[in-house]
Amino acid sequence: MGILEWATSPLGQRVPIHIAWVLIWVALIGGLLFLIVHAIYVRYFAKEKEFATDPSSAESLDFPARIPRHSLTARLFHWIMAAAMFVLLFTAFLPKVGIQFNWVTYHWIAGTALTISILFHIVHASFYLDFWSIWPDRSDLEDAWKRFQRFMGKSTALPRKFAKYPLENKLYHGVVMLTGLAVIATGVFMMFRVRTIFFPRNPYLFTDMTWGMVYVLHGLAGVGFITLTIVHVYFAIRPEKLPITASMIIGSMSREFYLKEHDPKRWIVNGVSDRRSMADGD
Amino acid sequence: MAVIRDVMPTFQLYQPSSVSDAQKLLQQSGEDALVLAGGLDSMDWLKDRIKKPKVLVDLSGIDELKGIREIAGGVEIGAMTTLTQVAQNPVIRQKYGVLAEAAELVASPQIRNQGTIGGNLSQDTRCWYYRAGWPCYRAGGNICYADTPVGRNREHAILEAERCVAVNPSDTAPACIALDAKFVVLTSKGQQEIDAEHYFVGPDLDITRMNILRSGYLLTAVRVPSTWAGADFYFEKIRDRNVWDFPLLNVASAMRNSGDTIQDIRIAVNAVAARPLRLKVVEDSVRGKQRNAATGEAAGKLAVQGAVPLQFNAYKIPLMRNLVKRAISGVQEAAWAS
Repeated sequence: MGILEWATSPLGQRVPIHIAWVLIWVALIGGLLFLIVHAIYVRYFAKEKEFATDPSSAESLDFPARIPRHSLTARLFHWIMAAAMFVLLFTAFLPKVGIQFNWVTYHWIAGTALTISILFHIVHASFYLDFWSIWPDRSDLEDAWKRFQRFMGKSTALPRKFAKYPLENKLYHGVVMLTGLAVIATGVFMMFRVRTIFFPRNPYLFTDMTWGMVYVLHGLAGVGFITLTIVHVYFAIRPEKLPITASMIIGSMSREFYLKEHDPKRWIVNGVSDRRSMADGD
Repeated sequence: MAVIRDVMPTFQLYQPSSVSDAQKLLQQSGEDALVLAGGLDSMDWLKDRIKKPKVLVDLSGIDELKGIREIAGGVEIGAMTTLTQVAQNPVIRQKYGVLAEAAELVASPQIRNQGTIGGNLSQDTRCWYYRAGWPCYRAGGNICYADTPVGRNREHAILEAERCVAVNPSDTAPACIALDAKFVVLTSKGQQEIDAEHYFVGPDLDITRMNILRSGYLLTAVRVPSTWAGADFYFEKIRDRNVWDFPLLNVASAMRNSGDTIQDIRIAVNAVAARPLRLKVVEDSVRGKQRNAATGEAAGKLAVQGAVPLQFNAYKIPLMRNLVKRAISGVQEAAWAS
């Protein structure tokens, strides 16, 4: 049993037509296994988080009780994208496991919504948000290495507190970005194979082999999103992550959580941190 | 693609003598089994070596699936009853003439002697791209070869095309829908009686099947209620060769009239979509109206709303419009004013 389904084209060429649908179950079970292993690790093996204390980070300065984290625009984007993603996953895979309904129309409409929201996000994040805050930097890598050494029992300096996003969060975003771009790019081309309102059908856009690869890539990215979604939802509902999840709903997190996990020098909250930076002479 | 005709792949042939045995065999074999009724659809698949079932369950030895019986509230036709028997049965001819006429117009006398009503209702589509074994949507692939700018699609769908544009080729299906027939299907959950119009499946719901039959399921009978017995029926089939062909389009209707007023009606068409279509909107629009050319013309126009022609089948739109008009107003009234 392979991971791809193959067929013979009218020209006698052996071409891939899509992924083997057993990968749906592989992705589902993979996500659930990650969830179980991580939960066991956190419950029985993980140590308490420790951060280096920065003597210059006097925590008595006048931070507001609620620290703004996500703007209304950013939150709306997130939830629209999430809704589109769930519709895409259900419309893509429920028919494959025996639940039959008219899925194609809902699927391309949700795909269009996702594409538009992602395009908006790229512009919004590039010009209106702190673009680099979601990308791993040198400090993230240094601190990750320190955490790994300490996990292995070596004595090393404590890692710093996180910037706005922990490294894991940044890496997850990177994987979702790559997977999302793959599924969107292939999905847009696949819309040429069905009837939509956007362009006339043109199944001759590519050769059978190229079309096959487009379908395979779309399928692989699609089942990848099954695992990624499970992982995302799992972390969103973990007790220690709830303040972050709540901030995606209400837009802010408590001052206590902010000071406990985040470095005000690395995540500069508008207004307050600016004043502190000036006071620190940065 | 090389097609080796007439050399069937090997399979285990089972010839059960009871419905329960047949069902057990089908359930045991699952997706590996193919049901053989009259063989007029199945044998093509086998000889072309497109379908290679491990198990063939031949229903021809099951007497309880044969024959036409009057039951309380109607008539029951065993699924293995031949089309000739349906067409010639005096009860069917007298009370449910639309079904007799539909059965009589299927293919040729030889085929009607061999073909069964269950097989005619459950047969696969005749789209040649699909039947040639090409990896189209219906075969589990990712393309419809007929719905392309140069695809040969003269016989294909004008309605409800959803990736696949194949059509259902049954003549008896629209007649059964017009008569409000119920199909008796044995499933893993027991016997179910399903409205004729709900027996058929379009590609939007399942692109690989024409009807609700899954592996292990078996159509055992067609029950025609007496509701429409003796009604004013109409059946018309258009085909390229009048002596022997699949429909380019067919229409079946059952009508109750009071004087010139249409009291009630059921009307269905086939070969315009992947499933036979009951035209409920048309039924609602003509109920209570005078049965005349104007009503028929309006109904015909309504029937084809939403139809989208392919490259080579635009003729089906006026054809369907006119057949619906003829079914409602009668052939004499059906000349178009414009």
